[in-house]
Amino acid sequence: MAKGRVSIVVERCKACGFCVEFCPTKVLALSSAFNSKGYHPPHVVAPEKCSGCDLCGMYCPDFAIYGQKVDPPKGSQKNPQAEANHAG
Amino acid sequence: MRADPRGVLTGTHFIDGDHACCEGALAAGARFAAGYPITPSTEVVERFAARVPTVGGSFIQMEDELAASITLQGAVWGGAKAFTVTSGPGFSLMMEHIGYAAMTETPCVFVDVQRGGPSTGLPTLPAQADMMQARWGSHGDYEIIALCPNSPQECFDLTIKAFNFAEEFRVPVMFMMDEVVGHMTEKVVIPSADQIEVVPRRHSRKSVDTYEPYATNGDGVPEMAHAGEGYKFHVTGLTHDERGYPNMTPQTQDKLIRRLQSKIHDASDRITLLEEEGLDNADVIVVSYGITSRVAQRAIELARQQGRRVGKLRLITCWPFPEKRIRQLASRTKAFVVPELNLGQMVQEVERFAGGKAKTFAVPHAGGSVHRPEDILRVIVEASR
Amino acid sequence: MSLIDIANPVEPFLRTDRMPHIWCPGCGIGTTVNCFSRALIDSKVDLQSLALVSGIGCTGRVAGYVKLDSFHTTHGRAIPFATGLKLANPKLNVVVYSGDGDLSAIGGNHLIHAARRNIDLKVICVNNLIYAMTGGQTAPTTPGRAITSTSPYGTFEPAFNLPHLVEAAGAVYVARWTTFHVRQLARSISEAFQKKGFSFIEVISPCPTLYQRRNRLGDGLDTMKYYKEKSRVKHGAPTSEVGLTMTGEIIVGKFVDRDRPDYQSLLHGQMVESLGEKYVDPSETVCGCS
Repeated sequence: MAKGRVSIVVERCKACGFCVEFCPTKVLALSSAFNSKGYHPPHVVAPEKCSGCDLCGMYCPDFAIYGQKVDPPKGSQKNPQAEANHAG
Repeated sequence: MRADPRGVLTGTHFIDGDHACCEGALAAGARFAAGYPITPSTEVVERFAARVPTVGGSFIQMEDELAASITLQGAVWGGAKAFTVTSGPGFSLMMEHIGYAAMTETPCVFVDVQRGGPSTGLPTLPAQADMMQARWGSHGDYEIIALCPNSPQECFDLTIKAFNFAEEFRVPVMFMMDEVVGHMTEKVVIPSADQIEVVPRRHSRKSVDTYEPYATNGDGVPEMAHAGEGYKFHVTGLTHDERGYPNMTPQTQDKLIRRLQSKIHDASDRITLLEEEGLDNADVIVVSYGITSRVAQRAIELARQQGRRVGKLRLITCWPFPEKRIRQLASRTKAFVVPELNLGQMVQEVERFAGGKAKTFAVPHAGGSVHRPEDILRVIVEASR
Repeated sequence: MSLIDIANPVEPFLRTDRMPHIWCPGCGIGTTVNCFSRALIDSKVDLQSLALVSGIGCTGRVAGYVKLDSFHTTHGRAIPFATGLKLANPKLNVVVYSGDGDLSAIGGNHLIHAARRNIDLKVICVNNLIYAMTGGQTAPTTPGRAITSTSPYGTFEPAFNLPHLVEAAGAVYVARWTTFHVRQLARSISEAFQKKGFSFIEVISPCPTLYQRRNRLGDGLDTMKYYKEKSRVKHGAPTSEVGLTMTGEIIVGKFVDRDRPDYQSLLHGQMVESLGEKYVDPSETVCGCS
């Protein structure tokens, strides 16, 4: 169970790559999708590795991503990362 | 609102214009000055530095006029009434920040005790050659108010007026003294505080959620807030909208700059202070301001002794220029005579608004001393022909 | 304001109605704003009494993006404006957030005097080694032999060592980090909030569009990797030894943390000594106009 989850504000992203590079557990990668400005925003490739440390949020110069810790839901098998990506 | 008695040195004094100006500022409620020494203005802030610790306020001598002219504006946004004092070379350095005050609508007073120029010029001798600079010295289109005292008493009274105009219109006001008025010692009567009217800061009564720093209602002057009150507002010198946010489009520029102009222009009747005497049936009207008006007074007396019909128009408010009054008078008189301690600055405005209906004669002077009455009389005689 | 239920810690500090901002992809200024926001949360600064003053330049635009009482002033003059704010209302916590050109070139005189006087200001100097906003001209911090738009054949002027300069002028807190050192930067800013006096935090940041591109140093990410690889943390290092070069070692850390009475304490002490009972403390009376 992931200890954290990431939220991405896709429209703010300028694909600088800081979050992908500096995530300590390599949760992210730049996607092949485009936002309306033509940038490739990141997406989560290894959700189970997210610790919610928010280093991605600290690095992001565009305020386009943040991580937060999650409490494990009681008895639920649902992966909170599934709803994490959303358009901004 | 009545003046705060703590700043009012009630009594009859024998002081010079610089000192009287400082007392005027204190009486008006000024509790912050940032200055830099420059002859012949330094005494204003020297006195402020001595007085303000016992009145309650702050003085700081900054490292240059560039700093002084913006430090005072920080103090205004922190809640104080503030001013600075300088002369020609310092006035030139302050120009960018006069423009910033006009653009951000920061109420404040800039005192220029004019001396011979250009450049280092004549540090201890008078001139009135910064008059156009007071109006146009900073870049871009903006309006200011400029007042010209002609005595130490007026240095007291009109400084209060300067602060009042600044607060009422949220505009930087230029207080255009000259070295003679600044250094002449005369009787100055300072009344009791309850006889002095001061205009308070136009502080917003709006709630934090509804306040917009540059929204206006009616008279074109927005309400102000100070840092630290929870409004979380933004102020910028960039062209901005009602929210104070940069909005660099021609439309926003047009709206903002025209409002900055009209808030002064539309109120010019109230702002224009003139001293008039003997204008009815005058063949010649002498238009003067500052120390020159005192010499002109003598010249007018001499001319009248010769049987001439000479009127006197003294500009107490030099900017906005009293164009309406000059236009009116131009149809009723033969000529204007405009003596100034410069090679012709305000005379250009007189001539422009006379519109050819009356002749205009300059009485220029390169500065360094005042005119002799005979110099002005000679031109009155010439103008009468 | 409860921050527990707001997910992105930086969001409450932003004027979200002005997002996205104008900074380039890979520019580090936004990163410094994250660190600043984190420091505000961690040090529990009262946001109502916080004022932020900036000058002109890319970093100067920070004032327009933060949801605080913020002042975008003239080029080089954020520090004297901030001084006026602080003296008129000593209860304000005043932050100056500006760039290397704004603070050390046109603003250089004000920088050294405010440090000399030990005015209680927290200065965050984002140093991207260039004048970015105006198109990439040489700054006093541009390391030789960089190509800039005003040194098309390479700079040759020695560059300022800003920590050394401000320490010599009298700053009580001097630190340098890069935009890679996000947690340390946030911590330094928090520490500066605990200090009374002139604090100066230099943050080395990429300008991928101009400085890095013209000098073939890669993009923002390449620069961040360079910071990671070539930075050495040396707390307490002598500031004379922390000068920067184009591709060499970057000494980071907290260099100066000392105590000197700040301007207002000195003023107060002097006045009380000279005037005794007659002295009227300005903090009661300066904001007397409304």
